[in-house]
Amino acid sequence: MATQRSAIALTGEAVRARRPQRRFHPEAFTAFLFILPSLIGFTVFYAAPAVRGLWISFTNWDLLRPPQFVGLSNYVRLFQDGEFWNALGVTVYYVLLNIPLQTLLAIIIAVMMHRLTQSMLIRGLIILPWLMPPVVVGLIWLWLLDPNLGIVNIALKAMGLPMIAFLGLPQWAMPSIAMINIWQYVGYTALLIFAGLQSIPGSVYEAASIDGASETQMFWKVTIPLLRPVLVFVIVTSVIGSFQIFDTIAITTKGGPVNATKVLNWYIYEQAFSRFNMGYATAISIVLFLILIFVSMIQMRILRAGESDL
Amino acid sequence: MNRHLSLALVWLLVISLLLSACGGAPAESPAPAPGPDAAAPAAGQTVTINYWLWDANQLPAYQKCADDFMAANPNIKVVITQSGWGDYWNNVQTGMVAGTAPDVFTNHLAKYPEFASKGQLVDIQPQVEADGVDLSVYIGQLADLWARDGKRYGLPKDWDTIAIVYNKDAVAAAGVTEEELNNATWDPQTGGTFGELLAKLSVDENGNNGLSPDFNPARVKQYGLIINGAGEAYGQTEWSWLAATTGWRHIDELYATKYNFDDPRFIATIQWLADMMKQGYVMPLEQVTSLGGAAAFNSGLGALHSNGSWMIGEFANNATFPFGFARLPIGPEGRKSMFNGLADSIWVGTKHPNEAWQWVKYAASKACADTVGEFGVVFPAQQSGVDKAVAAYQARGIDVSAFTLQALEPGGTFLFPITDHASEITAIMSPVMQSIFLGQVDAATALPQANAQINALFQ
Repeated sequence: MATQRSAIALTGEAVRARRPQRRFHPEAFTAFLFILPSLIGFTVFYAAPAVRGLWISFTNWDLLRPPQFVGLSNYVRLFQDGEFWNALGVTVYYVLLNIPLQTLLAIIIAVMMHRLTQSMLIRGLIILPWLMPPVVVGLIWLWLLDPNLGIVNIALKAMGLPMIAFLGLPQWAMPSIAMINIWQYVGYTALLIFAGLQSIPGSVYEAASIDGASETQMFWKVTIPLLRPVLVFVIVTSVIGSFQIFDTIAITTKGGPVNATKVLNWYIYEQAFSRFNMGYATAISIVLFLILIFVSMIQMRILRAGESDL
Repeated sequence: MNRHLSLALVWLLVISLLLSACGGAPAESPAPAPGPDAAAPAAGQTVTINYWLWDANQLPAYQKCADDFMAANPNIKVVITQSGWGDYWNNVQTGMVAGTAPDVFTNHLAKYPEFASKGQLVDIQPQVEADGVDLSVYIGQLADLWARDGKRYGLPKDWDTIAIVYNKDAVAAAGVTEEELNNATWDPQTGGTFGELLAKLSVDENGNNGLSPDFNPARVKQYGLIINGAGEAYGQTEWSWLAATTGWRHIDELYATKYNFDDPRFIATIQWLADMMKQGYVMPLEQVTSLGGAAAFNSGLGALHSNGSWMIGEFANNATFPFGFARLPIGPEGRKSMFNGLADSIWVGTKHPNEAWQWVKYAASKACADTVGEFGVVFPAQQSGVDKAVAAYQARGIDVSAFTLQALEPGGTFLFPITDHASEITAIMSPVMQSIFLGQVDAATALPQANAQINALFQ
């Protein structure tokens, strides 16, 4: 939890940026030494390629021939590209299907774990789907949900309900994928929230119950406010992850049917590696990057990420 | 400094998000293309040629070819790597960028023009002339498919056609004879006897067939026909064998700069298929998209299934019932199958172009064709190999004449539509064909628009 906490504090500072200027502190140098190893890795494997990516977005690189500088034309094209706007809409739709339900279920599961059980076995079982590789999860659900051979439809049929092509119909495909990913990630999210719950001191609950607060009141007046920094972290990271959905779609629908699941990351992949438009694909990823910064900042501002009520 | 440092870190942190969006680090500048005489090996030194293919079924056959080749050429070592279709093309492309692509790889007609136009394939025409390779030994026009503007990018090794695979039990249960099946007629207006057969072979959960007024298209137990999907821009196994019988073709000539998806004959064909899906005689698109048509057919969910000759082994290994192959239906202009073939191409980045050419030449030779034929996995590009393949299939009790007769029939085949912009055309056509088969739009509305978009690519 410690690193997550500091990450929240760190990003929170950038958003608010209102702390008074501090003088140089001798400990800062030691701290710098500690982060140096990861800083080197970060620079070599993340920052440098990212800067290069920015450059590629201004070229017409087709992967195989030398890139030529084309200025902003990739970005101009993007604004006129119906497929891009469709991809953006589909992505936002996915985030809205995914995040609220996943977070709600995760809170419920976490509170239940906190209040009802100490069993490591149950905690382990809850994160089991998260331990599976996403490709395996995608394949399992592809078979489970298959209209002809999948067990879900056999069960529907047994109950006298009509068969549903969960991944084959445009109106069903995205909700089905959102459901698959909630199934995969809800346990992990619950575990993070559970850790946050454990960091709330028991004395606060004692004081509340002495004051005569009911279980419900304690949940809304004590648990939720004190959990807020963890919730911010969970929501911000899961929204970012949700915007970047790729693997489940690559395994199950490949952007179809009729572009119903062609999210931004799939569109970027398609442009880069099937249609040889690496320059244009990189421009889209830069835009996705800007969108994510913007969304994350708004979230942190609304949720007062830099503060804690504890 | 502290604050500045942390601010800088925050920015580095957010920049890192970009990376996951980017899908990986961009590679170095494109690999240099050495000339044909670069890095000639010293005498007595063993040269390794890396060779890639995607069809796991063909791996043992080509391993045998490679063993024979290595026995005859002790200074060349051929290392074969097989990977599935999807990974295969990613690996080839990224390998070209990173300089690690194989010396020789199995190429596809839908893919090679883009590689060729981006300067990634060796023009083997000079070697073909120097070594006096006889191109007339290759069946039909297979050799022509790999040449453009006097340059040649591959020597053919095999070919394929389309036929109808049928569930013998289902056909017998419906009282349909094999003569009826093999002589079915079709046209896009009435559907002909083929359309009637599909209705007769469709059975709902109450046991009503498609000719009964009580037939319930929402609860079909066995579909008359299963196709593999929406067919993207080519419809090789899905609809090209119907549309082409009307005289329609994707393009008017190889490397055309104009497509014919707005032709009324094509529109009528596609609409007929979409209507058949709605009526419950052809398995609806949403039911085949996840696992594909062959899996559905092998599970007994359809009586007929259109597929290519490369799938013969798949049915032999996986069908849970007796099956056979029937001829395609006879349309207004007869029976028509797309005629497609694979070839081996040499990557420009190879360090051993001469040895690579030796291997390409051998893999397309009579000796290798006969070897591959004996394995009975694919039809080699030379007649002697085909005879061996037919015999090998026969030994396993499989009659493949529906495929070979189609290839031999005068005018029975048409070529895979090779043009530029193949990947963009696929990207435009895929969602359009899907929405037609899902019943969201009419073929007559959607196809002319898509065609205009495609033709604009060539402007």
